[in-house]
Amino acid sequence: MADVAFENVSKEFPGGTFAVDDLTLGIPDGEFLILVGPSGCGKTTALRLIAGLEKPTAGTIRIGTETVNGISPRDRDIAMVFQNYALYPHMTVYRNLAFGLRERRTPKRETDRRVREISSVLSLDELLKRRPAQLSGGQRQRVAMGRALVREPKVFLLDEPLSNLDAKLRVQMRAELKRLHKRVGITTVYVTHDQVEAMTLADRIVVMSAGKAQQIGTPQEVFSRPVNLFVAGFIGSPAMNLLQGRAGPAPDGIGKTQVTAGELCFERAGVPSGDVVVGIRPESMVPGGEDLPGPSLDLEIELVEPLGESALVHGTVAGTAARSGAEEEQAILIDETSRAQVTAIFPASLQSRTGDRVRVRVDPERIYLFDAATGEAIWP
Amino acid sequence: MTSSSVPAARVPAQEPGEKKGAERGNRANSRRQRESSGGFLFSPWHLVLIPIALVMLVPMVWMLATSLETLNETRHFPPIIFPHTLRPANYSDVLTQAPFARWFVNTMIVTVVTVVGNLLFCSLAGYAFARIKFFGREIVFVMILATLMIPFQVVMIPTFIIVKDLGMINTLYALIVPNLAGAFGIFLLRQFFRTLPVELEEAARIDGASRLSVLFKIVLPLSGPALATLAVITFLWTWNDFLWPLITIYTPNNMTLQLGLATFEGTHQTSFNLLMAANVMSMLPVLLLFFLAQRYFIRGIATSGLKG
Repeated sequence: MADVAFENVSKEFPGGTFAVDDLTLGIPDGEFLILVGPSGCGKTTALRLIAGLEKPTAGTIRIGTETVNGISPRDRDIAMVFQNYALYPHMTVYRNLAFGLRERRTPKRETDRRVREISSVLSLDELLKRRPAQLSGGQRQRVAMGRALVREPKVFLLDEPLSNLDAKLRVQMRAELKRLHKRVGITTVYVTHDQVEAMTLADRIVVMSAGKAQQIGTPQEVFSRPVNLFVAGFIGSPAMNLLQGRAGPAPDGIGKTQVTAGELCFERAGVPSGDVVVGIRPESMVPGGEDLPGPSLDLEIELVEPLGESALVHGTVAGTAARSGAEEEQAILIDETSRAQVTAIFPASLQSRTGDRVRVRVDPERIYLFDAATGEAIWP
Repeated sequence: MTSSSVPAARVPAQEPGEKKGAERGNRANSRRQRESSGGFLFSPWHLVLIPIALVMLVPMVWMLATSLETLNETRHFPPIIFPHTLRPANYSDVLTQAPFARWFVNTMIVTVVTVVGNLLFCSLAGYAFARIKFFGREIVFVMILATLMIPFQVVMIPTFIIVKDLGMINTLYALIVPNLAGAFGIFLLRQFFRTLPVELEEAARIDGASRLSVLFKIVLPLSGPALATLAVITFLWTWNDFLWPLITIYTPNNMTLQLGLATFEGTHQTSFNLLMAANVMSMLPVLLLFFLAQRYFIRGIATSGLKG
């Protein structure tokens, strides 16, 4: 049990790319922290820095009270679960679990007791005599977790541990992981590119991009008060809709500012004039909400993806789309017909169909505003 | 209609099995195919391969025949391939007339120690070159590789001088010590180690293993094929080496088989029947090894030839 701290840590790879760039971060004892970001954002490197598999080129890393910069992985008392599990293929499950204890010269009886204990926690008892090749993906995953937890490490590191599982098993293991963390209470650092995993598991989330921490906060904070366009575009599924807009003095109000983006038009106090990006979450677009006050949009439906309770509705609205920098490459095609691609979540009962035009209202309180030049959040 | 649906029905039945089962299934399938095309699969290549195989076999057959002939028959021209009277006593004569058993033991000692030494030292060096970053690693490795291109005859004299200065001339040490590690083995193992997933080693290091522990408990147990290849090839080279023993060993008791066999050849006359009997006996271990480990020979030659 220990806290972990990054103080101005950088990792520069030969050739001058910074995988981690001046990262400062404190992880209190017992916290479940998730590093999330698109591939290549430096999250795995940050994890490997804690493990000691990479050495920082600047800054200090502490585990507990100890500065660990020059300390080898074996002396850091941490445990790690790798994306591909990295189970020793020539050893049985039992020996895989016992390997770390044996290397640390734990007495045989103690080793046996701890292996049996962890294997009953993770229901691996039946599998102890098998080799990794004879296990299913989910079983391998549990063995990998067991191998890490059996040593009762100070810090528990996980590098995309669920990404090799099929969707159903992933949801199941996600809940399992959360329960396990509640039970053992070890400081946990977890790397993923899946923001659903990040939202559901984390005490706090670090959204990373280009080696920098863009925002550090609880899942709710990161979701409802993103500090910049990148975080806004990355967190939330489906992603926030972004439109280019302008803020200028309102024609009738005094001191108020009017924001326009396509046909969307609303007033907002305390917003400086200039180019802005308007952000609307898919779930904030309410179809036909005549009773709701506020601005509205004309949505032309192009594609409907039913999800049971609700449906993902892809369509276009008047205006020009903006980019957050968090999109998967080529995922958003900027339309040249001066209409912007948007996604909304409608109740399935609405039975939306391709080609429909729907009037959509948006609660102005739930519209995000970002500075178009810097990407910083203006509101909220 | 029914006959074509039978194999189709078999395929899904094999799918639920483990990977091994599936492989076995595939092999069974291909065997079935071979059988269906007429038992023995004949290809035009055999017209070329069979004569070549016969040509390669002739010296062996001749050697075996000669080893069972009388001295007079060996001198007959044209050579007699089927002896009129078998003389197995040639074999016992070899054992009594020359310290053949001594040579056999010497060769065994030299070969086994050299093989073990190569496995140990080449894996240590190969692992360092594969995984540990140190200053000048690439240059040192290239230099070691370059020694592969220097013929033994070039370094023979300097090596002899070193061995002489160490006081090892005319001892088995002279045959063992210079060959305990080799560029070929280092190269072969380095190439293999680099193909192992590095996460396994990282996991072991986090688990508390030292570098040596990682090598001996994780890397080597997973390197069976490469180690076997190196062992087999080193065995063959050492067993068959003639030139180096020739210049370092001069008393019959310290000779190896290959060197000892040469003493059967006299200046004026040679007892070819005895020489061939000794040859057959000295070949047996190598032949046995080849049958047991054929695939490692082929892999070793293929690997060293292809991977840059």
